[in-house]
Amino acid sequence: MNVISVKDLTKRFGNFTAVDRITFEVEQGEIFGFLGANGAGKTTAMRMLCGLSMPTSGEATVAGYDLYKHAEKIKKNIGYMSQKFSLYEDLTIRENIRFYGGIYGLNDGSIKSKTDHLVATLKLEDKVNTLVKSLPLGWKQKLSFSVAMIHDPKIVFLDEPTGGVDPITRREFWTMIFEAAHRGTTVFVTTHYMDEAEYCNRVSIMVDGQVEALGSPEVLKTKYEAKDMGEVFLKLARKAKRGDD
Amino acid sequence: MRALMILLEKEFRQVFRNPAILRMMFVMPAVQLLIMPLAADYEVKNVKICVVDYDHSSYSQKLIHKITSTDYFTLVDYTDSYEKAITYVEHDEADLVLQIPYSFEANLVREDGVTLFLAINAINGVKANLGGAYLRSIISDFNNEMRLEWIQLPRQNPQPMIDIASINWFNPLMNYRYFMVPGILVILVTMVGAFLSALNIVKEKEIGTIEQINVTPIRKYQFILGKLIPFWVLGLVILTIGLLISWIAYGIVPVGNVLTIYIFAGVYLISILGLGLLTSTLAHTQQQAMLLSFFMMMVFILLGGLYTSIDSMPMWAQIFTKFNPVSYFIEVMRMVVLKGSSLYDIRTHLFKVLLFGLVLNGLAVWSYRKRN
Repeated sequence: MNVISVKDLTKRFGNFTAVDRITFEVEQGEIFGFLGANGAGKTTAMRMLCGLSMPTSGEATVAGYDLYKHAEKIKKNIGYMSQKFSLYEDLTIRENIRFYGGIYGLNDGSIKSKTDHLVATLKLEDKVNTLVKSLPLGWKQKLSFSVAMIHDPKIVFLDEPTGGVDPITRREFWTMIFEAAHRGTTVFVTTHYMDEAEYCNRVSIMVDGQVEALGSPEVLKTKYEAKDMGEVFLKLARKAKRGDD
Repeated sequence: MRALMILLEKEFRQVFRNPAILRMMFVMPAVQLLIMPLAADYEVKNVKICVVDYDHSSYSQKLIHKITSTDYFTLVDYTDSYEKAITYVEHDEADLVLQIPYSFEANLVREDGVTLFLAINAINGVKANLGGAYLRSIISDFNNEMRLEWIQLPRQNPQPMIDIASINWFNPLMNYRYFMVPGILVILVTMVGAFLSALNIVKEKEIGTIEQINVTPIRKYQFILGKLIPFWVLGLVILTIGLLISWIAYGIVPVGNVLTIYIFAGVYLISILGLGLLTSTLAHTQQQAMLLSFFMMMVFILLGGLYTSIDSMPMWAQIFTKFNPVSYFIEVMRMVVLKGSSLYDIRTHLFKVLLFGLVLNGLAVWSYRKRN
């Protein structure tokens, strides 16, 4: 079953076409990797699917709802973790969880049990009442991910979740992603790390706003005669005309 | 409803965790209300006068004595050179030059009339105007005294005179503090409300948390209300602190019902906060929001009738003040504090400000985009 289906989705900013007629489908429970160089249009595409940015043209359904007509219904069913850290730094871990849980309509009881479970898995029991700003980046990212998952969404969108994070934490982060996928959550993730691309069930590579390649890492490696995803990526991304922006 | 409660809980937590806001809540009313009324004084004292006396007669001495015996004037110099006197004006050491002509006394006695010359330093318009007016009234007093001295008053005064006895309603002693303090209180509530609300949403834009809010199913009006209510409460707290300070420091107790002030302030704050939130949804950075609301507040306050009377403004400015919520609150505040106006008396003010509030908040909800 497809939880995301996108057809000819386009976003233009004036004369600049950030996302150019992209078409793909994502199945439920899949880990879908969204790759591309800086400025290829990954974030813009993801922001459209989350209902943060209005598409210029094209069609899309997310979690079974039309992107134009039912954006607010989509929002009940998705989680989003942006590139920029976006928990409240002047609130404690517990208060952040309570805030986002409450916004999604969780009652006090389930907020409490979620909080207990969450801090136990992240081993943050003794930090639960400290302000988020005092946490190291890796912990912040894991916390952001958990908060994006607080309402058990059908799909979670992760925009470069492991940027600037140490290898051990990255490993732990991916364990969390696998667990989420195992529970049936669809994971839509952008990344620059090619070892992470290998972890995905399927990968799409964007070049200059278009989807240049789409398939499982094995299929892509065979198709482009590469030994790893890094080589696949380089072969495709070198064709890019757009600069780094 | 629950989403709104959760939002409010978070906003209040953030306010109480921000020492700058808390400090401002107490320090700003205290400083503005204790120091500004001392400086914002309409009475002109210590007008510096330089007298050029070409006559050196006993009458000219009498006149000078009469002028300097009031505390409105201080004598800078007594000289017999107009050039020298003008240099005082040029160096801003004198505000007025009074020139007493040669044969002042002789002409007064012999020809029943004499012309005095008055040069006014008009750089400070208010001081020049008032100083000149004071001096004129002192000279005319002097004139009457002369007349009394010379003329044996007949039974019927040959020259009919109209004497004016006046009474100042609502502020019998014309204490300008009763007039200024309520107005300054309005400015205080306005500035705190407008700036805090203008900076709030745009701050979430800058740190990126607004994205995280925008991917939730929260409703736009809930979000705006969640921002409005905390600052509404803060505004009323500041009003309370301000009323207490003006009672303790100046003994100002509103003649009218304090509840009337609170009801109006409650409605007024909705419109001012609406303006702030609208600014905040339109601006992209805190700097933009700050400059924009600073500009608007400047205009609203200067054309709000605090320092200058609206009735003496040009027509276009008077029309503008009809759309200026600040001018309504200043008027209401003075009406209730000095005159004891009731809710019924201020009903049109109340409805107009309520209308501003609905329009501005409506615009803020409309211009806040979850998707762009």
